Formats: sequence, structure tokens, C-alpha cells
Amino acid sequence: MIDVAVVAFTQRQEDAISGESEVEFMVPLMEQAKASVGLTQSDMGFTCSGSSDFLAGQAFSFVMTIDGTGPVPPISESHVEQDGAWALYEAWVKIQCGGIDTAFVYSYGKSSPGSVRDVLATQMDPYYVCPLWPDSYAVEALAARLMLEGGHVSERRLAEIAARSRASAASNPHAVRTDPKSVAEILAEDYVIDPLRPSDLPAEADGGCAVVLAAGDRARDLCERPAWIRGMDHRGDAHTLGVRDLTSSASTRLAAHRAGAAADKIDLAELHGPFTTSEHLLIDALGLDEDSTAVNPSGGALAANTMMASGLIRIGEAASRIWRGDGDRAVAHATSGPCLQQNMVCVLEGD
Amino acid sequence: MFEEDRVSADRPAARDPLAAPAALSAPVTLPEALAGAEPVESVCTPIRMTYTYTPGRALSRYLRAMADKRILGERCGATGQVFVPPRGVSPLAGAATSEVVELADTGYVESFNITRVPIERRPDLKPPYCSAWIVLDGASVGFLGLVINIAPEEVRIGMRVRAVWKPDEELETSAGNILGWEPTGEPDEVITDYERIGRVEASDP
Repeated sequence: MIDVAVVAFTQRQEDAISGESEVEFMVPLMEQAKASVGLTQSDMGFTCSGSSDFLAGQAFSFVMTIDGTGPVPPISESHVEQDGAWALYEAWVKIQCGGIDTAFVYSYGKSSPGSVRDVLATQMDPYYVCPLWPDSYAVEALAARLMLEGGHVSERRLAEIAARSRASAASNPHAVRTDPKSVAEILAEDYVIDPLRPSDLPAEADGGCAVVLAAGDRARDLCERPAWIRGMDHRGDAHTLGVRDLTSSASTRLAAHRAGAAADKIDLAELHGPFTTSEHLLIDALGLDEDSTAVNPSGGALAANTMMASGLIRIGEAASRIWRGDGDRAVAHATSGPCLQQNMVCVLEGD
Repeated sequence: MFEEDRVSADRPAARDPLAAPAALSAPVTLPEALAGAEPVESVCTPIRMTYTYTPGRALSRYLRAMADKRILGERCGATGQVFVPPRGVSPLAGAATSEVVELADTGYVESFNITRVPIERRPDLKPPYCSAWIVLDGASVGFLGLVINIAPEEVRIGMRVRAVWKPDEELETSAGNILGWEPTGEPDEVITDYERIGRVEASDP
């Protein structure tokens, strides 16, 4: 196994980025990420991005953004129609294949041009489910009801997760839901889709992020304290909601096991739980002890959920805390699909 | 045809290509009540979503200028190349463009083709018609347009053209304001150096 580390990370998340196209707001993020470690595009062994045409409302939308990388001379490049965490996974595999020691990864999404709740309906089964246009919040509310009625979680516990996210987000300049609220205030909120309250929902944002990966000595040259990827795995549960146990996340548990998450203490965890219910399931599946692990110090997806970037941002947030010495060992998680269908777990460590 | 090829790809080569494909799954047992039901052969599940598209800074400027019959490009600060339509980024250098440049609505034909069959949804385009890459005066790259007011077989590389705009009262913030490009009658651009077409080498990365 080749040691690979996250050595650079930039992000931007806002309620709505209405005045700029995707490539216009991504160019500065891409430039800053590369410049922060003194690299240019021609230094990159591989480039991989993540985005969605369904969000952009146009076919092959990602090709516009490739312009922002500077693809001259021609670059080795790939794209995933998934969260950028999966683009990072592809880049990590590419480095494992040998022959390169750097990779550039970016992802972005604007939810504001359309209705993200409808866009997410299109990821459901196209024959039986999508034609019914199930609202993505309503789908999660089905899982939430099962969790609550089955005694897997309480509304108070969900409110505590929401309150913690808001408190942590106050010091995150990229968060969009930062106003503090007490557990009592959250429990007093009217339901949006019973049993989910506004604070249980993801804070939808527009934005993107960029990451530089480097291997071995190259990483040590570029970064004082690289955030080494010690284990990474992604697993998918069944696509059909009816056949899954929505009150637990089997794929997260398996991915965590294979990534070696529990092999040592976990100082911090950045979890891509778009809903309080999903964050609760993730904490459970990863076996986190909130007394010894700082869960979502950035506020997580409840504080800013940029579709297609939120998972990669979790990896970037965890890595930057390793660089700063806020922790020695971190777990980053990314999800995709309805009700935590696909999950990635990435274990990061500092030297 | 392609579907049949794909399905039969893993089967022995000697198989009769006209024989019905083997069943892909075991026969399904239907309840009595459905025994005589007519099979459903297709379903239609329309997907329609509405977006409020935001073209961004560069394209917004470009479209607004179009309403005034002006064409805007953008210059790359690193290579000096001028791109049109502008996207706010130099597609070669991977950097934000440094300057907005107003271009002439004249240029020359860099390449062209002649379409002789009609295409769906464009009943306004009567074959044969000529599509061309047109290099505007001051631009570094070609720009797609129709060559009009000339028989397609008379169009040639190097021919000088000018924009034919919609009547003033019909102008919108749209690239559709340019109906096409017509010959100016000026002497042809003499292209001796085909290397400069595309000019991607200008920056010598």
C-alpha cells in the first residue's frame, strides 16, 4: 500500500451563489488549493472531479469546469457523477496503481437553480418510485418515524445533535446555518415533515471544494504534517428502501470495519449526515463515543450541505484539523443516495 | 441491431443470429387472475424539472451585450488569447480571464460544412445550409454560425463575413440575435499558416 495524504484543501459554501457560474467560482478554489502547496496543474498526475448534471440542469455540465483546471498540455482526467469523496477515492486508487505521486480532486454543486428535493427524487428507482416524485425530506422522514417509534432514537436526541451542529458551526466561516439554538428551542420548532423539524434538515448550500493528494515523500515535501489516509472503503446498501433496515447503517459499519476506523482512538469525526437522523445512525455505526471524539467540529452537513461536495468537504475538514494539530487521528465519512444508501469511511492520521 | 449484438456477445459464435434470444430469466408464474393479461410493452414516465439558470458573470455580460448588437470576448492574462463566447476562464491556462474585449462583428470562415438533410426541431433551417467556424476580427478561436445570403457551394475557407442581426425591435439577451453571417465581398483572408488554427500552442506550456 502506498501512503497517500491530503495536503491541500479549499472550500466555499454559501446559501446561494447566484451571480457566478460553476467554473467561475471553482477557478479561485482550484488555484488556491494548488498554490497552497506550490503546485500547478502540470504537476498533477491525475485529476478527478465530482458533480451532477441533474443539479446543473444541463448535460455534460462538468466539461465546462474542466476549463478551470487548465487542461493544456492534455491532462489525465476522470469524473464521477457522485460526491467528490468518490472522486478522491478514484484518485487514491490511481495513486495506488503506481507511476504518479500527486492528484487533484474537486467537486461542486449548486442546488439553488432547481428544487433539490425533486432532483433527489430522480435518484430513486426510475420505474416504480421516481414517477411518484418522492420528496427527499419525506423519504428521510419515513426512516425517522421507524427510528423514533422503534425506540432507536428520541426527538430530544435529534435536537441535541442539531444544537451541537449549530454551536460548532458558529466558528466555521463556511457554514450557512450558524444561529445557535437550544435543545428546547429546537424541540419547540414546528414540524416540516412530521417527525422532522427544520433543524433536523440539511442546510442546503451552493459551493464546491478542491483537494490535493500526494504520496510518500512528496507529501512530506509539500506539507508539514500531512493527513495520511490510513484506510478507506465504501459500501452500498440495497437501492430499494423497502428491503433495507432504515434504522441502522450496515454499509457504514462494514466500510468502517474495512477502513480500520476502530483500530485506535478517534480524536475527531467529520460525518456527512444530511439529517439529524442520519448523523445519529452514523455515530452508532461507527461506534463513536462523543465524550472522547469531537463529532462534526465544522457543524457538518446540518450546517452546510453542498450537494456533490459535502462528503469531500468532510475529508478536507478532517485533514485540515490534522494539519493544525487539533487531533492525531480522524474519521471522515461521505454518503450518497437516499437514507444513507452508499457510505464511505476514510481514516486520516498525522505523523 | 446494437442491442442484439450486445445481448449475443457472450454466446457461441455458431448461434443462428436470427434465432430468438434465449430467455434471460426463468419463466414467471402469474396468478390466475393475470393469466390472460395483455403484457405491458412500454411505460412512459416523463421527468420534467424547472431550473432558474444563472449564466454567471461572463456569459451574463455577453448576453447583455448581444442585446446591443455587440460581441464580447475575454482575454487570457497568461497567453493573450481572446476567447469568445467568454466563460470567465481561459480554457487553456486554467485561470480567470483578465480583460473583457469588444470584438468586431466581422471575421472570416475558418472551416465550414454543408448540411443536406433536415434536422428535427429546426424547420427554419432549409437544407442545404452552411455551418461555419468563424474567427471574429480580434478573436483567437472560432465561433459557430450559419453562413447565409450565399449559395453553400460558394462558401470557402478564408471568406470574409459579417454578422446579420435581427431587426432592432426583436433583439433579446440571446445569441440568437445573430441570424447568420453573410459575405462582405472583401478579399479572402489568406491563410498560409494552418498551424495558427486553434492556436493552442501559443502558450507553450
